[in-house]
Order: sequence, then structure tokens, then C-alpha cells
Amino acid sequence: MNFVPFHKYGTPKYFYSWSLALRPWLGGACVLLFIAGLIGGLFLAPTDYQQGESFRIIYVHVPAAWMSLFIYIVMASAGACGLIWHVKLADIVARACAPLGAWFTFLALFTGSLWGKPMWGTYWVWDARLTSELILLFLYLGYIALQGAIDDRRTAARAGAILAIVGTVNIPIVHYSVEWWNTLHQGPTVSKLDAPSMDTSMLIPLLIMALAYNLYFVAVLFERVRCEILEFERNTNWVKELTRDKGVV
Amino acid sequence: MASEVSFFSMGGYAYFVWFSYGISAIVLLANALLPARKEKKLLAEIAVRERGKSENL
Repeated sequence: MNFVPFHKYGTPKYFYSWSLALRPWLGGACVLLFIAGLIGGLFLAPTDYQQGESFRIIYVHVPAAWMSLFIYIVMASAGACGLIWHVKLADIVARACAPLGAWFTFLALFTGSLWGKPMWGTYWVWDARLTSELILLFLYLGYIALQGAIDDRRTAARAGAILAIVGTVNIPIVHYSVEWWNTLHQGPTVSKLDAPSMDTSMLIPLLIMALAYNLYFVAVLFERVRCEILEFERNTNWVKELTRDKGVV
Repeated sequence: MASEVSFFSMGGYAYFVWFSYGISAIVLLANALLPARKEKKLLAEIAVRERGKSENL
């Protein structure tokens, strides 16, 4: 193996090769965690004394909601890196985050409303948590629309980064909404680290699912970034050599 | 779970629980498979184009 200076790992070419080498490991770990989390959540976790079996929606709802916030922070940070230091890979990462973040936000809203119907008696209510999460979805969609509207990649990346950074103000609002306002949505259950108000047998599957969602995000993000790299480095020698070596038909 | 029947009926919440899990599974699978397919396609396209060029030389 050749010695590669550290900063080179961030160039598209090296990112492509190391992320490809990582792919089977990420994918494998992700599948195993999903299996473990689903077994834990659907079979091992006991029935909730108040909500009955409907509480099991938590294992797909909460990880999706956490990811919707986390991905936004990744997107805004990557956008800022691209804006300040002109890191090409950072722009690509920011752009690749948006659709994933939008899908996780959609899942959080959708599964949340499916949980709200039996528990609250309504699919939707304009309370602070639900409304701020919906605004998050619009921020993602706005970012995606902006990327589509601007032809020049550099300009699109800059405009997107500014939108993402400004939109960050919504993230603490989503997170603290249940404490700042009276919401139908329940308060934090897990993040009270001193005493999570959840039994360990219910909490562990949730944490496993959250980890599975995280790895899933990283794996799919890398896949999307590799696609973008191929698209825009298609005329470089290393991409041509890549397809020659592989003998891809 | 006492029996398979009660597992699938989810204590009367089957519709809400399975719909949540189902939509999550569909969205996650689609989001994983589409970029993977796209990458394969892109590599194939580039390979074909390169082969075309070398034959024309």
C-alpha cells in the first residue's frame, strides 16, 4: 500500500476508493443491527402498560426523527466547510445529504401521525413539535429545489450552504419545542440521561435501531457521494482506469 | 407474544404498527437500492464510452 498524506483522503479520488472498501463492512454491520433492533423491538421488548403494542412504533419513529435533525446538522456543516474552505468534497456531501434528510423527516412525520391517531385521537395537530418538524421538511425541499434551479454547481453549492446555515435556527426549535411550549407531543424520554423514563428492555432496542439508522445514513450517503464523484470526474484518468480495471460492461 | 395471531394483530393496533414499519422499510430500501444501481450504471456508461473511443483510434 502506498503512503498517502492525510489530507488526500478528502479528495474525490481517494474518498472513492476508501469508501468503496468500507462498503461491505458498513452494509453488513447495518443489516445485523437492523435485525437485532427489530427482534428486540418487536419480540423482546415488553408491552407498554399505557399504550399497549402501539408503542412499538417508537422503534421506527424516534430513530427517523433523530436522523432528520442529525442529517440537517451534517448538511449545514458540510455546506459551511465548502463555503469557507472551498472543499469540493464538502459541497458534494452537503448536496447528497438533502434527499436523505428529507426522507427521514417524511418518515418521522408519517410514522408519528400513525402513532398519533390511536394515542391522541388525531393524525395531525398544529403543535410546536409537529409544526417545526414540518418546517424542517420544507427546508430540505427548499434546499433540493434550489440545487435544481441553479445550473452552475459552485453557485448552487454556495446558495444551498447559506440556506442550510440559516435554516439551522430551526434545529433547536424542533428539539426544545416540547419543553418550551405545551405540546400534545410528549416530552423527552431518552435524552434525560440521568434517568431515562424508559425501561432498559425497551430502551436497548431503541438505541440499536438508532445506531442502525445512523450506519444506514453513512452507507447511503457514501453511495450518493460516489455517484456524484463519478458524474463529475468522468473525464479524469482515474475514473477511466477504474472502469478499465473493473471490466464493467 | 403468546401466539402468532396476537403478534400480527399487535393488540388491535396492527394497522398503525405495520403501516409504520412497512413505509419505513419501503423508503429505506428504495433509498439504498437506487443510488447503488445508479453507481453501477454510471460505471458501465463510462466503460462503454471508453471502449468506443479506443476502438475508433
